[in-house]
Amino acid sequence: MDILNALVAFLNFVFIPGLAYGAQLALGALGVTLIYGILRFSNFAHGDTMAFGTMVTILLTWAFQSAGIGLGPLPTALLALPFGIAATAAFVLATDRMVYRFYRRQKATPTLVVIVSLGVMFVMNGIVRLIIGVEDQNFADGARFLINPQEFKAATGLAEPLAIKTTQAVTVVAAVVVVALLFWFLQKTRTGKSMRAFSDNEDLALLSGINPDRVVAVTWIIAAGIATIAGVLYGLDKTFKPFTYFQLLLPIFAAAIVGGLGSPLGAIAGGFVIAFSEVMLTNAWKKIVTYLVPESMAPDGLVQLLSTDYKFAVSFTILIIVLLFMPTGLFKGKSL
Amino acid sequence: MKKLLLATVATAALTGAGLAEEVKIGVLTGFTGGIESLAPTIAAGSELALKELSDSGKFMGGSTLVPVRGDDTCGDSAAGTAAAERLVTSDQVKGIVGGSCSGVTGAVLQNVARPNGVVMISPSATSPALTTAEDDGLFFRTAPSDAREGEVMAELLLEKGMKSIALTYTNNDYGKGLAESIANAFTAKGGTVTINAAHEDGKADYSAEVAALASAGGDMLVVAGYLDQGGKGIIQAALDTGAFSTFGLPGGMIGDSLPQAIGAGLDGSWGQIAGSDSQGAAMFEEQMKANGFDGTSAYSPEAYDAAALIGLAMAAANSTDPKVYKDKVMEIANGPADGSGEKIYPGELGKALDLIAAGTPIDFEGATAVTLIGPGESAGRYRVIEVKGGKNETVGFR
Repeated sequence: MDILNALVAFLNFVFIPGLAYGAQLALGALGVTLIYGILRFSNFAHGDTMAFGTMVTILLTWAFQSAGIGLGPLPTALLALPFGIAATAAFVLATDRMVYRFYRRQKATPTLVVIVSLGVMFVMNGIVRLIIGVEDQNFADGARFLINPQEFKAATGLAEPLAIKTTQAVTVVAAVVVVALLFWFLQKTRTGKSMRAFSDNEDLALLSGINPDRVVAVTWIIAAGIATIAGVLYGLDKTFKPFTYFQLLLPIFAAAIVGGLGSPLGAIAGGFVIAFSEVMLTNAWKKIVTYLVPESMAPDGLVQLLSTDYKFAVSFTILIIVLLFMPTGLFKGKSL
Repeated sequence: MKKLLLATVATAALTGAGLAEEVKIGVLTGFTGGIESLAPTIAAGSELALKELSDSGKFMGGSTLVPVRGDDTCGDSAAGTAAAERLVTSDQVKGIVGGSCSGVTGAVLQNVARPNGVVMISPSATSPALTTAEDDGLFFRTAPSDAREGEVMAELLLEKGMKSIALTYTNNDYGKGLAESIANAFTAKGGTVTINAAHEDGKADYSAEVAALASAGGDMLVVAGYLDQGGKGIIQAALDTGAFSTFGLPGGMIGDSLPQAIGAGLDGSWGQIAGSDSQGAAMFEEQMKANGFDGTSAYSPEAYDAAALIGLAMAAANSTDPKVYKDKVMEIANGPADGSGEKIYPGELGKALDLIAAGTPIDFEGATAVTLIGPGESAGRYRVIEVKGGKNETVGFR
């Protein structure tokens, strides 16, 4: 019985939150890695692209809600998501046309373009705050729980609750679907193959007749789509606040670099590595340990390695360790 | 023509100074930030008192009290200090009703009020640390210290049969002070505090903080935070993981927006906030209702009392100079020691001015039965609140 309680406590406070957070980070890192692999720069505006897409989705969600359109137990935001993606894609394509294309034609160095993306980040940052404001926006609706903690306790008779929020389930399912679609697209379709060719060797790809403008446009559209999905899922699961999306940039980049920049598989692995390290290192294990060890050995302290305030420090530390010992990341991405 | 105009204006100004003048009073509260949902009614409460004094026509020979608003942001001491600095140096206020939160209030007191010699009466700063702050006799509060709130909360916890609590506080002067006083009072009465951990405001995700609190365990979770900030996030995350189902809600967590945001999950949680069932409270509520505000909103009655005290003290000292009228504040609030002062309730400020002019001692009761103790802070009565059916309901006073 005690092992069961320990398992449930582990699932409830470590595994499920870690899994959902990891899926959100993995999606974010996929977008970063895609841009890096094909357009060859680290896109610092990615966090704010997520915020922009989420903002459009939220505004449409509110419109749907007031019109009485919903998805029953699922969040209405899923209905608004395609429109959010379309708007974000249009926005980043316009940004590319107005800003990045100029530097691409100049053959500017990646470092220069990184700084350009920093400028784009501040502009997007401002636009999002001007339109929706700096406050928390809660737009989750539908059924709150897939497994309600109180009902779970009553049904199983365990001391520990287990909760699975609808948004957490939606997050994981959506992440799996998006990743599967992306890999299918990159491996099987002609456009996907031309993108990979372009990423491998730009000159060779151009010689074999691949249209660079098309590759760039498709990359931006896919990146915008993934960013919006990642942002909406994060916002549904937690809350939407422009500043926290800006802050997400750090764990997202950590995930992409740990996995290996430019490697889609690495981005996913990196997302989960970062998420689970953050959750497990800052988790207080007292409860779980108390269930597992004999009563006389039960810990008095919290058995917490790091205070939760140091969550971001964890991603930093992993980033530094990986860069020191494995500069190309776990999956051999392109090293700078 | 120009000269004539100038001369007229100059004479008018000169003679005006001796007779009726506009006395500016700063209304410094957190219009943005952690308590922004409370700020409009706090400001409305103090402006109601100022208007009542002005409209009576008896305030210092027909002078009027004009409120000037300033936003101290509740959380950002630098911004709060700048706002207060503007009130004092550019608007030339003769007294300040404010600041809102304890950290900002302490900073404004040390950086603006003391150097410039301006009286500050805060309706909402409750940190025990302010009791011992150097104030040159300029600082008062119509809100009680959190040391008292800790006592009240501990008593309530024991009455409800709670033997152990998990405690989390917003990481600032207010949260820390309050959490300490709750923990001290509760342990002194035989309870156990399993964890006393800080949380930062403004994060999207509090699941890690809640996991630590849940790991420590306890009969209930006491959240000494802000209802529009991390406090709300902690409660939401605790309900989402099923870690805790009832919550203790000290003053900063009491407000209509919290049950609205959380929904049914908050039912059964309870807390307390400075407030009284005195005769004055009802009179104040009625007046506020007439102006379209909710007079039971947190710290709004205290704000009325703070503003009224400034005005009445000015009248009693027959001076708008803070250095002169500061000595009258305690006298007006408490009346003569033998209790012979005539009690003054909301809506009777005109009468109070008459009595002061006639030399009769008054005891200002106001909306919260003001009695200032120690270095000039309210003795403190608390309204006990329980969340029932998605609404804060008053279930008693102590």
